[in-house]
Formats: sequence, structure tokens, C-alpha cells
Amino acid sequence: MTEMTYRDAMRSAMREALQRDPRVFLMGEDVGRYGGCYAVSKGLLDEFGPERIRDTPLSEGGFTGAGIGAALGGMRPIVEVMTCNFSLLSLDQIMNNAATIRHMSGGQFNVPIVIRMATGGGRQLAAQHSHSLEGWYAHIPGIRVLAPGTVQDARSMLASALADPDPVLIFENVMLYNGTADIDEAAVVDIDSAAIRREGQDVSLITYGGSLRKALDAAERLASEGISVEVLDLRVLRPLDDDAILASVTKTRRAVIVDEGWRSGSLSAEVTTRIVEGGFWNLDAPIARVCSAEVPIPYPKHLEDAALPSVDRVIAAVRSVVGK
Amino acid sequence: MGTFNMPSLGADMEAGTLVEWLKHAGDIVHRGDIVAVVETHKGAIEIEIFEDGTIAELLVSEGEKVPVGMPLARIAGTLQAPLEHAAPPGVNVAPPRSPRPNPVIAGPVAGRASPVARRLAAEHGIELSAIIGSGPGGAIVHADVERAIAAQPPARQRPGLDLGQMRLAIAAAMTRSKRDIPHYYLTHSIDASVCTKAVEDYNAARAPAERILLGALLLKAVALSMREFPEFNGFCQEEAFHPSKGIHVGVAVSIRGGGLAAPAIHDTDQLPVGELMAKMRDLIARVRRGSFRSSELTDATVTVSSLGERGVESLLPIIYPPQVAIIGFGTVQQRAWVVDDQVAPRPVLSVTLAADHRVSDGHRGALLLRRIEELLGEADRL
Repeated sequence: MTEMTYRDAMRSAMREALQRDPRVFLMGEDVGRYGGCYAVSKGLLDEFGPERIRDTPLSEGGFTGAGIGAALGGMRPIVEVMTCNFSLLSLDQIMNNAATIRHMSGGQFNVPIVIRMATGGGRQLAAQHSHSLEGWYAHIPGIRVLAPGTVQDARSMLASALADPDPVLIFENVMLYNGTADIDEAAVVDIDSAAIRREGQDVSLITYGGSLRKALDAAERLASEGISVEVLDLRVLRPLDDDAILASVTKTRRAVIVDEGWRSGSLSAEVTTRIVEGGFWNLDAPIARVCSAEVPIPYPKHLEDAALPSVDRVIAAVRSVVGK
Repeated sequence: MGTFNMPSLGADMEAGTLVEWLKHAGDIVHRGDIVAVVETHKGAIEIEIFEDGTIAELLVSEGEKVPVGMPLARIAGTLQAPLEHAAPPGVNVAPPRSPRPNPVIAGPVAGRASPVARRLAAEHGIELSAIIGSGPGGAIVHADVERAIAAQPPARQRPGLDLGQMRLAIAAAMTRSKRDIPHYYLTHSIDASVCTKAVEDYNAARAPAERILLGALLLKAVALSMREFPEFNGFCQEEAFHPSKGIHVGVAVSIRGGGLAAPAIHDTDQLPVGELMAKMRDLIARVRRGSFRSSELTDATVTVSSLGERGVESLLPIIYPPQVAIIGFGTVQQRAWVVDDQVAPRPVLSVTLAADHRVSDGHRGALLLRRIEELLGEADRL
């Protein structure tokens, strides 16, 4: 076991990929000389050179498209988009090309690209840098959407993503980068299933990514009140692990979904619907959601804190469905 | 005003335990209604009443053991109004019976209930309106229904058969029979081809549930023969024989795990074979469940013991006192049989009569078996 930060885990995963497979290269804004805007790729340029650690112009549509072309040409590109807010410039490439080419070519061409992007708020970076758009991407057929919420998943999901013959998007919550954990660097993880991070009996907290830590903290505090909370980490936002969701809710009969995205038309809405579709007769209370306030994420600290899901809001939601 | 007494459910019964009242003070009863369950060493027996009227008062409470003949309830005449409100002076009317244990309180559904609570309640037959919710907004949740289920009194269980007690009862009755009744035995072998074919023909066009067994024909033949041989149909009590007007053939039914009972099918001689079979089925099922009626247990006037398809060639049965005869049928066997000076394979049925020599003699017994043979030879007309 090795103790490392989430940031180091991502870097370690990329280094291993670059070492193992000459087709792998990293491309994005400031990933080379600057070391990545969240310092994830720091040092990789020196180690692997500018051919494989490529700084790009501020042109998300251009370099994402170039990455898709490279993947079609047999490479295994890792494209880093600075934040998912900017990825909307890449959306045409991701949705109209990466997600569709395998389908439109009748299976002749697949696009084995991995696109990493930072997501979420909490660092006072204001609205254009703080949103959580992974729920939007989870809407699109043809891509797989991952949300590593633990250091272990940050370390291990990339290899599985690169092995996938189709496009995989990895959303890294900006508040996770400094977190540390003891992990097994050699572990292999799947990119299909959700994972129970804490077992409980009374209510299922269903979450992912940056909200996982908040859910676990809430569960710990609620345990002292005698409420036994199960925390389910979705890990994979598309395709959703329906079986794991329904199994947990069937056991606890109550669900609270914590999602940093906005609630309207969101991933939390999708999970809620699937629970109702598949588990209505097992429910003991209305399903509750804790999402971001439906505003552009504010810049001032107190307003940003108020807008994002918090441990207190999660606890309040759990109490409401348990009836305490 | 009459009384309803603890019945004698067999010559060997001295007392019984009143397990459950099925009727209560004020209830109107009719002849043949089942009013109580009495536990004897033969099992739990449903007790019928033999008059019409209204139950004025229950004199014995559930769980009490009382001797045979002791009044259990007082019965008022038919025309009297139920006595719950107007008690005659001096009559100590039983207090209104306490409500049956029941967690269900009828009424509108108050408040909300979660889907899983509704499902659980439905599965256990719990009325949601009886439950106070502890969930959000007072909603009824899973845990509330679980508590309601746990609070339910366990379903009242009828005491089932006590095979140990039954064994003691059989021992007492058979010992008494062998000690007091001078048995004589007659055995005869019958060509059963007509009656076995009659069963096949009858069943050919019928659904499995309506088919009959050879046993039903045997019962019918014995019942009909009794019309002409009344000295085998009745009771011998206090050294005197009392022939019975009705012919109620007792059917010996073995019980899995050991034990035996021979309750009666009333007016066996008058029942069409299909109906007789249905009654046999019902009786056998109830005997094995341990729920038969007092009259079925005491009314048999003659008994048939048939070994059925998986038995042996013949049996020598023992009379069930105070009856005076029992007829045993062996299992039908393929045998070499002489027909018109030719040896031919035939299904052969052994029939045995055990009869009370105080009441009848072997000559009449032989005629009886011949008559049964004749009736079975005309089985296609039974």
C-alpha cells in the first residue's frame, strides 16, 4: 500500500500508461510546461518529452477533435480539458464525433480516446469554472462517464478507461485533488459497477465524485444519532449500475441522492426515476435529493458554500426521510 | 330451555376439554351447527348441537375439562329473542364476550403509508388504519407495520391430533373389543372383474377430481347389504343389541405417523357412488388434519376396513365397540380362477367378516358375504 494524494494518483496512473503503451500521449492546455492547471501532469514533460506531453492552443474544439482523429488513427490519446465548463467548446467533437462514429461507421471505426476534465466548485473560481456538467455527459449514448471519488479509483480507473475501445470521459472533482489515502497501485478496478463505501440499514446515500466525502462525513455523524446510513458511490455515471442502486434501496427502503449538479433534468433525477421504476414497492419514504442551488455557482465564499451540497444539508435530508 | 351437554365421543371417553366456543351467548343455533371444539384423546372434535334455539348462557369456559354429560350451555327455545339485552330474572347472563383478539380497527385510512408499508401490510392482512405512523409527517412506514405484525396474537391453533393419546384410545377400544366381544370370522374370495371394470368405466369419461376408487363401491355394497342383514348394523350395549335404522358405514382411515380412526359416512346406502367418493375424500382429508365431527365419530353402525391398492391379500379385523360387525377387504390380486371349467386370470378380492357372536351367527354371516359378492357382481348398477 502506498499513501498518495488524488492528484499524485492520477499522475501515477498516466505515467504508468505512458510507460506501458507507446500509443498513449497526453494533450491539453498547460499540461506540459505548466504541469497542468491542477498540477496533475507536473513533471511528465521532462520524463516523456514534448511528443507525448503536448501543450495545445486554447482551442478545446480543435484539440479534442485532434485527439479523436488520433484515436481513429490507432493512438490512445488522453485529452485533458482544463474544466468541464470549457468542455462545452468540445461538446460538438465529443457528441457528434467521438460518441457517434462507431455507430455511424457500422462498427468499422472505434474511438479509444480518454478525455479527462476537472469538475465542480468550492475553490472560489466563479461560475465559469465551477459547474458540474458530468450529468449532461451521462445523457449521451456512445460514451462511458467515470467519476473517481476515491484516490484508489483515481489511480486505477485510467488503465481500464484506456483499455476500453470506446470514448471514456473521466470527471475529477477539484476538491478531491489534495485528499490522500493508502492505496494499492497495482489494483485493477472495473469501470462498470457502483461500490458501497459504507454499509447501513436505514437509508441509502447515493452519490459520486466530490460529494462522496460529504456523504461519508454525514453518515458518520448520523451514526451517532442512531441512523444507519449506507453510502453508495456510483463511480460510473454512464452506464448507471441499476442493480447496485436497487439492491441498496431494497435493503434500506429509503434513498437520498447527493449530486453537485443542478437538480432540474439532472443525473439525480435519473437515479430517482430508476429507483421509482424498479423499486417503488420497496420504498418507505419519498426520495430526497441534495443538489447545487439552481444558480450560477457564486464567487463569494459564503454564497458558494451555500450553493453547493454540504454535510449539514445531507444530514437534514436523511433525517427528513427517516422521519427524525 | 334445554341444555347442551358434553357428548360422549366413544365408549371409552370419560371427559373432554372444551377448547373453543364457536357460538356465543345470544347466537341462534340450528340442529347440526358446530358450536364448540372439544379435545379428546382422539383429537380435536367439532361438536354439533341437536336442537334449534338460542344460546342463553355458556356454562363452561374455554380450557375447562368436564366429564361426559355435564351441561356446557343452556339453550333457549327457537322463538325467543336473543338474550343479550333481556335476561330473565335470576339468570346470570354471561358477560358480553370480549372482542376476539384482532388488531384491526375498521375505519377510514388515516394518514399516509409508504409503498413498502402498504405491501407488507397487504401481505400480512394488516389494516393500515389501525397503525399509527412514525415516518415523515406521521406516515406509516415499514417498521410500523412490522411492529403491528409482531403485536398480532398468534393465530389460534386448533389442537391437532395427539397421536400418543390416539394410540391409548385405540388400545383401550381394541382391548375391550377382544375381551368383551366373542368374534367369529368368515372369509370369502370374490371375482372382482365386474366391480374393477365398473370403476374403470365410471372413471373413463371423468376428470381426475371426479373419479372414484374401488373403495367407494365396496362401501356402497356393504351399506346396501345391511338393509337385508340388520343384525350386523347397530350397537350392542348392556348385553342387548339395538339395530340401527340408519346405515352409517364407518370408514377406517389410517393416519400417517400411526393411528387410526373410523368415522361414519351418514346414510351410506342412500348416496350415489360419486357423492360417496366425495364424502370419503373429504373425510380422509379431515381425519388426517384431525378435524372431524362428534356425530361422525359416534354414529358409525358398522365399519369397513379396506386395505386399498397397496395392502395384502386379506385381513381379520377387530370390531369397534359397541358395533357388532366389521368387514375387511384385502387388496385385489390377479389370481388363477376357474370360469366355466377353464382356468382364467381374474382380479380376486378377499372379503372378511368379523361379527359379534352374541348378536349373529355364522350362517347369517355367510349369507351376508354372499350378498356382498352378489352386489359387487352387479357393481355396474351400483
